[in-house]
Amino acid sequence: MTIENLVEIKDLNFSYDKRPVLKGVNMTMPRGKVIAIMGGSGCGKTTLLRLIGGSVTPSSGYVKVANQVVHELSRNELFRLRRKMSMLFQFGALFTDLSVFDNVAFQMREHTDLPESVIRDLVLMKLHSVGLRGAHNLMPGELSGGMARRVALARSIALDPMLVMYDEPFAGLDPISLSVIGNLIRRLTDALGMTSIVVTHDVHQSLAIVDYVYFISEGVIAAHGTPEEVEKSVSPFVHQFVHSEVDGPVPFHFPADTYATDLNLENSVA
Amino acid sequence: MQRATIDLWVGLFVMAGIGALLILALKVGNLGTYSEAQSYTLTGIFENIGGLKVRSPVKSAGVVVGRVTDIQFSTKTFDAAVTMKIDKRYAFPKDTFASILTSGLLGEQYIGLAAGGDEGMLKSGDKIMKTNSALVLEEMIGQFLFDKASESEDSEDDSKF
Amino acid sequence: MPRRIVIGIRGIGHRVIDNIWRLGYATRFFILTLLKSGSSIRRFSLIIRELYFTGVLTLIIIVVSGLFVGMVLGLQGYETLQKYGAETSVGTLVALSLVRELGPVVAALLFASRAGSAITAEIGLMKATEQLEAMGMMAVDPIARVVAPRFWAGVISMPLLAAIFSAMGIFGGYLIAVVLIGVDEGSFWSQMQSVVDFRFDIVNGIIKTCVFGVAVTAIAVFEGFDAQPTAEGVSGATTRTVVTSSLVILGLDFILTSFMFRGVG
Repeated sequence: MTIENLVEIKDLNFSYDKRPVLKGVNMTMPRGKVIAIMGGSGCGKTTLLRLIGGSVTPSSGYVKVANQVVHELSRNELFRLRRKMSMLFQFGALFTDLSVFDNVAFQMREHTDLPESVIRDLVLMKLHSVGLRGAHNLMPGELSGGMARRVALARSIALDPMLVMYDEPFAGLDPISLSVIGNLIRRLTDALGMTSIVVTHDVHQSLAIVDYVYFISEGVIAAHGTPEEVEKSVSPFVHQFVHSEVDGPVPFHFPADTYATDLNLENSVA
Repeated sequence: MQRATIDLWVGLFVMAGIGALLILALKVGNLGTYSEAQSYTLTGIFENIGGLKVRSPVKSAGVVVGRVTDIQFSTKTFDAAVTMKIDKRYAFPKDTFASILTSGLLGEQYIGLAAGGDEGMLKSGDKIMKTNSALVLEEMIGQFLFDKASESEDSEDDSKF
Repeated sequence: MPRRIVIGIRGIGHRVIDNIWRLGYATRFFILTLLKSGSSIRRFSLIIRELYFTGVLTLIIIVVSGLFVGMVLGLQGYETLQKYGAETSVGTLVALSLVRELGPVVAALLFASRAGSAITAEIGLMKATEQLEAMGMMAVDPIARVVAPRFWAGVISMPLLAAIFSAMGIFGGYLIAVVLIGVDEGSFWSQMQSVVDFRFDIVNGIIKTCVFGVAVTAIAVFEGFDAQPTAEGVSGATTRTVVTSSLVILGLDFILTSFMFRGVG
């Protein structure tokens, strides 16, 4: 059985100014799967999503989505591609001046000529699938963090995209909301036949729902595999990450001079 | 907020704004009483226009009948050609007398039109033949002092006899 | 010592280059806003929504300040003019000051601090909470959807607000001079009408407000869009909007006045 790859990343390099963020990343993401990208904070996971979404251009290498090289697309082609993908931002990024209903309806109104009655039905269906049909009249400010994340999820699947990217979907949620979101991601991916890329550092929640995991450390892929392989991995980095140990390949201390030098101990002795 | 409420407020706001513009144009400004489309042009040559400016009023019997639209200095005759627009409703005889007057002691200067008795009326583009220049205070004072001086000289001469 | 001078000169150069770069960036942003205005003009309901926030919500401060500025002008003008026995000219004084200068300038300053700062804060906050980026990822251009409607709403509201300001001011002057002090009502209005010219005074005033409206809203949307996506970034951008637009209003007013009213009595 051949599985078509929706996203293909080849020798991807990216640097902010002169600071390299990603150094030669290779990934393939098959259609219909949930893929997790994990790594410590600030290791370039979010940048990777921006590269897939085409908001930044790689220094070298390429990202292919549905066989199109993202950074070579013209603006119109990119916007056409973006209609088929969506992104769930870290804190939902709901439009604060629109109600929950209008947030979910936003893309339908912008991109389609559907009559208002059809939009209404669609929006309520999407909200129902995240369990918030009753909240459609609320404003984003009246929602809890978990509810806002679910509304954002409903908004990101509004036009039935082929690819959804989640930027830290579990950050700052209580355990219940956390598993609700996790289950929704899995269920919606299967039900709508879409592909999900989850950027996260929540190991246990994501290992429970994903099909494949990439670990990124210092701009390179440190390890990858299915959740079972990862659990059993002997790689020190993966071991440290999965079992959340304080020290290991990812050091506790930020690189610095020796403690003694910083505290001027050497001078005072001399 | 409901869409209908916003629409209502915005409607009221736009109406208030346009209303204010109309008030400014009609009540405060002179759009109601004076329009450039319905006017005709006259010119007058003055030896000295004093403090007359573009847009100064043109009055006849104290009523504003038009405005100065242009002032040019002629290098051939060394005097000033003043163009004015007069309201269509007011026609003036050919021998109308135009003089530059001052409203009050320190007030603005304007052109006063005094109608003559001619049968023919001035047409657009015509030149007013009879003009009277502005009184310039310095010249008046100078004239006055000169007169006084010559008077006293006369009287001194008289006393010699 | 020479090293310090070099550093100082380098600092000046750095600032100049930065500012020119920013100016160019702002100009490009302004042109993009104009180019992408098509969709917001077709969907006029977007502009109407923003007219509510920029226009209607600024109305109250404009009405109150206009009234008081007019009343003060009436009072002060009367005090001075009656010394020369010209108290009937108080209407002329109030109307000319308002229509030519105070109406456009003060209304624009109030507009910058009430509506301009709100626009900057709103767009800046949308940027800080990733709403603009989310919109871009949904294949909706934030300049067309967020910036352009706010820009046009500002450009439409400014002349209307300034006209309301001037009308309220003249009413305030009327209240003081005619109702309170007892200047003759007939000569109050007729003197005003004989001096205030539609073409020169009122139309020029309206042109001024249109220019100010474009300048203030363009600065406000740019500062919001360009804000650092943090709390300090947004508050700094809001302050910059008010300061920059106030200075630009006063500068533009000087330039426009010197063109419009030169040699006119």
